[in-house]
Parts: sequence; structure tokens; C-alpha cells
Amino acid sequence: MSIEHLANTNAKHSVDDEHHDFVTMTIENQLFGIPVLQVRDVLGPQHINVVPLAPKEVAGSLNLRGRIVTAIDVRTRLGLPPRSDDDPGMSVVVEHGSDLYSLIIDSVGEVLSLPASAFESNPSTLDDVWRDVTDGIYQLEDKLMVKLNIDRLLNFDSAQNE
Amino acid sequence: MDDLLREFLMESAENLAEIDVELVQFEQNPNDKELLGNIFRLVHTVKGTCGFLGLVRLESVAHASENVLGKIRDGELKVTPDAISLILESIDAIKDIMAALEKTEAEPKGNDNELIDRLNALADGKAAPAKRKKKSGKKKSGKGKTSSGSGDSLYDRLGGEDAIDAAVDLFYDKVLDDSHLQHFFEHADMDRLRSMQKSFMTMAFGGPEEYSGADLRTAHEHFVAKGLDDTHFDAVAGHLRATLQELEVPEDLIIDVLTVVETTRNDVLGIADATEEAVTTEKETVQEVAEEEVKVDEESGTGSASQPSIAKQNIRVDIGLLENLMNLVSELVLTRNQLLQMVRGKTDSEFAEPLQRLSHATTELQEGVMKTRMQPIGNAWNPFPRIVRNLALELDKKIDLRMIGAETELDRQVLELIKDPLTHMVRNSGDHGIETPAERKAAGKPETGTITLNAYHEGGHIIIEVTDDGRGIALDKVKAKAISNGLATEAELEGMTENQIQQFIFKAGFSTAQVVTKVSGRGVGMDVVKTNIEKIGGTVELKSVEGKGSTFAVKIPLTLAIVSALVVECAGERFAIPQTSVVELVRASGNSEHTIEMINNAPVLRLRSRLLPLVSLRDLLALDDADQSTGEGEGKSKEREAFIIVTSVGAYSIGLVVDKVYDTEEIVVKPVSPILRDIKLYSGNTILGDGSVIMILDPNGIAAATGEIAIAESQATDEAAAQSARVDDRVALLLFRADGPEPKAVPLSLVARLEEVEVDNIEISNGMRVVQYRGQLMPLVTVSPDAEMKTEGRQPVIVFTDDDRSMGLVVDEIVDIVEDKMVVELAGEKPGILGSAIIDGKATEILDAGYYLSIGHRDWFGTQGQQAAFGIDGGAKQVLLVDDSSFFRNLLAPMLTIAGYEVTVVESADDALSLREAGQEFDIIVSDIEMPGMNGFEFAETVKSEGSWQHTPLVALTSHATPKDFERGRMAGFDDYVAKFDRDALLTAMSESLAMTGEAA
Repeated sequence: MSIEHLANTNAKHSVDDEHHDFVTMTIENQLFGIPVLQVRDVLGPQHINVVPLAPKEVAGSLNLRGRIVTAIDVRTRLGLPPRSDDDPGMSVVVEHGSDLYSLIIDSVGEVLSLPASAFESNPSTLDDVWRDVTDGIYQLEDKLMVKLNIDRLLNFDSAQNE
Repeated sequence: MDDLLREFLMESAENLAEIDVELVQFEQNPNDKELLGNIFRLVHTVKGTCGFLGLVRLESVAHASENVLGKIRDGELKVTPDAISLILESIDAIKDIMAALEKTEAEPKGNDNELIDRLNALADGKAAPAKRKKKSGKKKSGKGKTSSGSGDSLYDRLGGEDAIDAAVDLFYDKVLDDSHLQHFFEHADMDRLRSMQKSFMTMAFGGPEEYSGADLRTAHEHFVAKGLDDTHFDAVAGHLRATLQELEVPEDLIIDVLTVVETTRNDVLGIADATEEAVTTEKETVQEVAEEEVKVDEESGTGSASQPSIAKQNIRVDIGLLENLMNLVSELVLTRNQLLQMVRGKTDSEFAEPLQRLSHATTELQEGVMKTRMQPIGNAWNPFPRIVRNLALELDKKIDLRMIGAETELDRQVLELIKDPLTHMVRNSGDHGIETPAERKAAGKPETGTITLNAYHEGGHIIIEVTDDGRGIALDKVKAKAISNGLATEAELEGMTENQIQQFIFKAGFSTAQVVTKVSGRGVGMDVVKTNIEKIGGTVELKSVEGKGSTFAVKIPLTLAIVSALVVECAGERFAIPQTSVVELVRASGNSEHTIEMINNAPVLRLRSRLLPLVSLRDLLALDDADQSTGEGEGKSKEREAFIIVTSVGAYSIGLVVDKVYDTEEIVVKPVSPILRDIKLYSGNTILGDGSVIMILDPNGIAAATGEIAIAESQATDEAAAQSARVDDRVALLLFRADGPEPKAVPLSLVARLEEVEVDNIEISNGMRVVQYRGQLMPLVTVSPDAEMKTEGRQPVIVFTDDDRSMGLVVDEIVDIVEDKMVVELAGEKPGILGSAIIDGKATEILDAGYYLSIGHRDWFGTQGQQAAFGIDGGAKQVLLVDDSSFFRNLLAPMLTIAGYEVTVVESADDALSLREAGQEFDIIVSDIEMPGMNGFEFAETVKSEGSWQHTPLVALTSHATPKDFERGRMAGFDDYVAKFDRDALLTAMSESLAMTGEAA
């Protein structure tokens, strides 16, 4: 599945001032979103090479067309229980700095164009780790989408400080 | 064309283009500091480079415009369109000059005073420069012919009409004296000829007169008819030169005149003729110079259209494009490998042959792409000798440039990026670092200062050091400047270390040079250096000792490098180990020659009668053993077959235990993601042939980690921890009583044996008590001359042995052996007593074993000892012993003397260095590590980095003998590392080091 394919299904939602496009994904039944321009690739299950001694959030590294991509287990990062063994999960590849990171999540949804008016900042009761790595919440008709902040998601120092 | 000039032209063309764009942008956003800073730097770079290439005209224009920009930067000048136009005009002038430069390899004649005046006027804040239609001088290009027009014509420079008259008269006298030339002037009207010549020269040199005589073609017909050829023309030119010299015309002017005359050669002799001759004839220097110019003129006139300019012969490729290409090639290699794997084993596959070709092409493509990226660092250093030479001339200093490791290869991208910083650093070293010869002499240094460039690879990094032996960084000046610039308050500075203060020189706008020179001092420089190096993930370290010099060490990661690596497996995971650090592979199993033995859970291997410490990669990386045991259920973990990779990091060897060893592979080192950069065990990661990503182990990191592991393990039990912590500073001492009831002690390590000799066996020989001991005579010495010995029975003796010589110290009673800190509290006053220390809770006299050794051997072994120095010929070796503790100095000096060395003892590294400065030479240096002031590591670095002791073997002496220390010592430049009190090891190390240098010599 390619991102172009995903994007095509929502082609009518062009980027304008009012709307922002997000790739949605689910982890533990929670909907998350990443700005579409930050997403480089969407991958199915991949062979991941373990990196010993790496922080627990790092699932390992993988080879994406000749580039080495660091795989991040978003579940671990968010303090969620590990995925069951029979569920290989999917990955969203993002670029951070000059490096690529593959975010392992449960499944990838679609591309949504959301109006800025639906955005609200995080509720104060949200878990500290979550608050740290998310920008806020988009209200969808039937559910809520949490907007992930890639920069902070990939900054483990903040996680360790807490 | 000169490489340097070529580089300069290419680079400057780019810079100028950038300035053009940015200036215009800047005009629109006059508040954009960053933009201005960038423009300023670019102009500064152009100016600097011109200066070093000796391009005076370019430099002066650039300098003037830089001045204006500087004023704008400092807020002294307002940005006006006029100011920008003027700067743009100066940029155009620079471009014009450069265009001529590219054609002729020399700056075109002329000057830019008018432009410079206007720039200076602007800089001085005078009214906006008046726009003048006519731009003087600079429009004159190097097209050859004559420099007609304005004030600086040859005519004026020569001295006008009178000078020409005099010259022509003298010239004709000479020509007519020349028997070869006489016949050309037979029957000629000499007066007319003279006046024609005068007016012709006046015109040709740009004088006011119009020449109206016979044109050159007529002359040509006339002369050629008489058989004039190139040789004659040369003779004429020779006469002209002689004439001008007689008239005391300056040399550069003569060359200019001859150049003009040469341009008429074509007309006189006919062009075709001249071209041929110009190439073939080689005459005296003058003519060579002149001909050179003729050729150049021809090229500029006729050749420029057909010959592509330099810029066109090279294309600059975006590094991103290369990077992309590189990745694609990597991918291609991977695919190729996969295909090869599939076809392997199928002998009759129809794919075999095309695949073979594909494989070859891929390999070559890969090599080609690699080649585009890797370059020896020498390429970046090429301009430096010239830069340093010019710098030395300009500043009236004597500077030597030494370049070490120029062949060290590094990524082209990195190379490009460090060029500028390195140039700045070298320039800084020359300008700020090296003193004038007079100052150097006064400071007791050789007149010629040295700048050393040293490049080498170190654990996935390239280290480039720029070292000078100049005045170092003056802390006071830095402090004062930091305060005046508001970078720090006095109070803050108080709390800073020297090093922290030195770091200020990396701040923007910081220059301690009092005067703004052409070379540096504008506050652009070290901040740029630092920024640029940090941009590529590198670091700059500064070490400076005031009065001694500074070292800038640039450490740059090898962002992309191909290394040969050994692929190993452990617990199902594969890793790569750089081949360079693999010494050998050993297979160990229960029934092979090599078995892993355990000492208190620490695995070791007996390898050629040495014990090799082992570390299991499994433990090191905390790899889970669970899945492994399912695969190899049968093998008991202890007896499982294992492979040991013997790696060495410097002098320190360690065996890495892994499960399997695969092949060696050429791998592309890719940096690990920032998230993983904290794990020191990896130097990078790479993609293998089968597409999987593996980590590259860093032997340095492993060595460091094992040191830590050793500590961590010892902390497991409190007792062990306490012991290991104390071991370092504890010394085993032999307590005894002699000459009085108070306890005395000597370090146990100095004691060879404890003996009891029959009093009856003691003989007197040569005025000394001796005893026959193991077939030799052993002198017996008492603690003090008046001490008494037993008169009957057995006399306890402490035997000190050195090589095959022994000495017995007569004591009353051996008390005990204790381990304690040996802190000499009171210095000894009696000879033979070092001082008193609290040992085992009692005040104890520490004996100076060396003193007694020297008594025992004074007469006995005096001459013999000299020769016995380890069988090295050439008489006694000179040793320099550096140790701050008087105890060790007193202990070691006699011992070394006895061993046949001539010993010079100093208390500190500084004292040692002053001996070096004084020109003393030693065969070997033994130095303590922990010393006040400069410590042993710094001392070693200093010694090894420069000066006359560079090749003198260095042995470190320390109480800290962990592998980490060994490694550090080796890095610092020590050839060997010996634990204190280990006398034999010291002597062995010394003789080995000496033998090694002996072989090398």
C-alpha cells in the first residue's frame, strides 16, 4: 500500500488554509494522526534487526531501499502493553532530521482532511507521556484523533526525565 | 594552470555569484544580520585567498569593499542603494580581473585606485560616492598590446620623453656595435631612424605622441628582406634590456617594456613564424619571460573561443546527487548479491554469464562512485605551503609547515567542508600563534616556528590536528576581551578553568589581535571554524599552553567510509567488526588445544603462554541466551564451541567470544541514528548482502566497556569493591628492624629475597663485608655505618637483586609484610632514609633502597655495570626520569644508574620540557603520570607532537595500570606503560623500547 494510493482516495480534500491532512493510524483502538507531509512511506510487516542495548522503545533497524531506518515501537513509547505475537503490525516511515524512522503501530487508516476548528489542545488529565508526545486532539464525528508530534515522539530524553 | 589558481577561480566565481544574489537580497532586507554576515565572510574569503596567492590588485579591491561591509555590519554605515551599487561595482571589478586572470594566469595591469578611493570614502562615512561614468584602470584587461590611456602608462612610469630619448640613443649605440646586427642598418639614415624609433616607442608605451612614421609592415618588409630572424630579434631585445638596466630602470618596468616590444615581434617577423619560434626557442631568462607573455597573448586573442574555460572542464555535482547515487549503487550491490546467491549451486544456469557481467559492471560502478567521494586530505592541504610561505613573508616570521598523514582519505563532502575551517586555523596559527623570530629567540625557542598538520583515522573518526609551537593563547587577553565584549563577567571568569576561558576564542566577533591586519583579526574566523565543523557533526578541541603553543584538534566522523569487516554471530544476531582491529581468530572448544578457563567467573584464554582476557559478546550486549539454547540444545554452555576474536586496541588486547564467524565483507559504514548514538559499543551500522541491517562494533568502545564491566563486577560485593578501590594506592611493604627499635620499611617489590647468612661466612674484601652467595660475592651493607652486626649465629639479610648482581642489607629482624598507603609524611634527613610514614599505625622509616644499592655497587660493579646495560652498544644510555615524588626519584635514579643508564632527574614535566628546549637529548624518557601541573599524558602528547624528542621512546610509570589507562597512555604517545614498583618490568620495557628504536633507526 502506498501513500499515494491513500492520498488518492482523498484527493478531493486539497490542502487549504482551513484544513490539514493527516494520516491516521490506530494503536490499542485509539486513533492517532500524523501530518501527511511528514509521512514518507507506509510499510507492512518488515524484518527488523534487533539492536542490542538500544533503548526499549527502539525495536531495531531495518533496510528500506538501501537506507537504514530505525524502528520505533510506538506502543512502548506510549507506555502501552506490547502487541500480541500474532499481530505483526504496520509501520509509518517519517523523516526526522536527516534520518528515517519507522513507527510501528497496529494499523494504518486513511488520509483525513480536518478543519482547524476541530482541533483542541490536550486535556489536562492526559497522561504525562502522552501529553509530551502529542500536540492536541481533533474531534471527529464518531471519535477523537490524537495528533502525534514526531519531534517529541523521537526525543527519548524527555521520556527518561519523567 | 596552477592547481591553486584554478581552485581559487572556481571557488571565487561561485562565491561572487552568491554575493551578487545576497547583496541584492540584503538591499531589500537591510536588517538581515545573517545575510550580511554571510556576504562579509564571502568577501573576506576572496580577499584572504587573493592575498595569499599574491594577487595584489584583487586583494586591494576586495579589502576596500570588505571595509565598507564591515562598517555596515558594525552599524556605522547605513545601507543605501548607492552603497550597495558601489559594492556591486567592486564585485564586477573583481570579476573582470578574474576573467583576465583565467586567460593569462596573471593579473591584468592597471589599478583600481579610483574605485578604491570611492569605497574608502564611503567607509569613512563621507557623502555617497559620486557616480562616475568612467571606471578607470580596471577596464584594462590583459589582452596584451599596449596599456594605452590613463596615468600609469609605461611612458610615464619610465620617466617620459627624456628617458625615452636617452634610452633610444644608448640602444642604438649598442645595436650598431653588434656585428650581427650592423648590416641591417647599412645605408640607413640613422637620425631619422632614431626619431622614428622614439616616437614609435612613445606611442607604444602609451605616451602622448602619435607615431606617424613607417608602419610595422614596412619595417617588416625591410628587415626580413635583409634576413632578420628570431635570433636577431632576441639580440635586439637583449640590447634593449641592457640599455634599460644601464639607465637604472626598475626590473618590473623592464619586463613590461620588453613585453610591449615582444608584442611587435609578430608584426615584424610575421605571425606564423613567431608562433613556431616562440615554442621552440629557449633563450635567456628575459626572453623566456617575454615569450611566455607572447604565448599567453596569443591564447587570449585566438584561443579563448576554442578552448573551454576551466569552469567548463569541471562540473560541480550536488553532493546530494552523489549521495543518492551512492545509495542506489548500494542497493544494486545488494540485489546483485542476492542474484548471485540464487544462481550459486546451479552450474548450468543460463543466467550465470549475464550475471557475471552484471556483477563486474556493478563492482566497477561501485568503485567509481566511491572514488568520486573519497579523497586524500592532502588535496585540502595543497594550498597551505604557499599560504604559510606568504604569511611568513607578510608577517616577517619564519614558519615551517609540516604535514603528516596527507594520504589519509576522507569523504569528499567532508573534505570540502573542512577546507575553509582548516585554512582559517592554519592562518590563525601563523598570525596569532607563531611569534616573530625576535620574540621566539627571547623566549628561548628556535627562530623558526612550526605549524604541524597531522591527520589520522581513529575509531571511525578522522582527527586533524593543527599544532603550532607559538605563544599559545594569552589567558589575560582573552579574559579582558570577554569582559569588554560582554560575553562574561569578571566573577564568571573567576570560576572558569583555563580551558573554559580558552573556549571564548570560538565566539563570534572575538579576536585578540590588537590590530586588524590583512591576515586576520576581524573577528571572523574561529567562530566560523567551529560552526562549520559542528555542522558536519565534528568537534574542535583546543589545547593551549601559554608560551608553548596551541593545538586545535578537529574530530570529524567518517560519515561514509568503506571498511573491510569481519561478520560474526552471537545469539543469533550478526555483527561486524572492522578488520583492522582483528588480530587473529582462535577456535576454542572443550577438546581443542585452546580452552576457555575461568578465574572467578572471569574467562581467560591461554594464548602462546600469555593470558588473554576474554569478554563474551553475549554478556557485553546483554543478548538473550534463551533462543540460542533451543537451537543448540545439546551443547553445555561451558563447553560449547566458541570463536575468539582477538582484537587489539593499542597495546591492549582482548578476546571477544562469539558463536560463529562468517566471512569478511566490504561494508559501507553508515552512522547510527541519533537515538542510538549514546551506545558507545557501535561505531555505525551497515546493510549486508542479504539486505539485513547489522551493527558495527567499535573496538575502542568495547575496550572502554570492558574496563567498566570490570569495575561493575568488583562492586558486586562490598568487600571486593573496597579492596579493588584501595589496591591502586596501596603498596606492599616489608617491615623490619635494624639499627634501633623503630620499624623500617622498604617496598616489597624491590626485595628479591630474604636470607639468613651464617656470620662465619661473612668475609672482608676490598674494605667491604661480603658473603659468597650463589657463586658470587654479595656485598653486605648496614643501615647506617655504625650499625652493629651479629657476631654469631645467623644474620638476617634483605637481598636486593638487579640483573645478576645482588646486595644484602643487614637487618636485625624481619617484622612483617603489610599493605598500606605509603605517604611520606616527613622527609628524611639521614642518607638512606627517604622519610617517615605511618605504616600499620606506627611511624616507620622508609628506606631508600637505591641508596644502599649504590653503596653496595659503588666500588664493586662500577665499570661492569656500565657495560651490562642490556647488551645495547654505544655506551650508557641517557635516561630522563620525570617524577614529582622525591621518593620515586630517589628510588629509581640509583636503580637505573646501576642498570647502566645515565640518569637525569627532573621534578616536573615543565622542567623536562625546558631541558628539551635547552637542546638536551635522551635515549629514553621515563615519566610518571600523575604530577601536579602538566600530567604525564599531556607531557607525552607534547613530547610526541613536536620538537626534538619526538622519536625518543617514552615509558609511563604509574600506579594505575588498568587497560583503560594503558590505552590512554598509548594514545598520548607512550611506547610502554609500566606499573610503579615493578622494577623488572620497567627495565624490560626500557630495553625493549630502546631496542625497538634501535631497529627502526
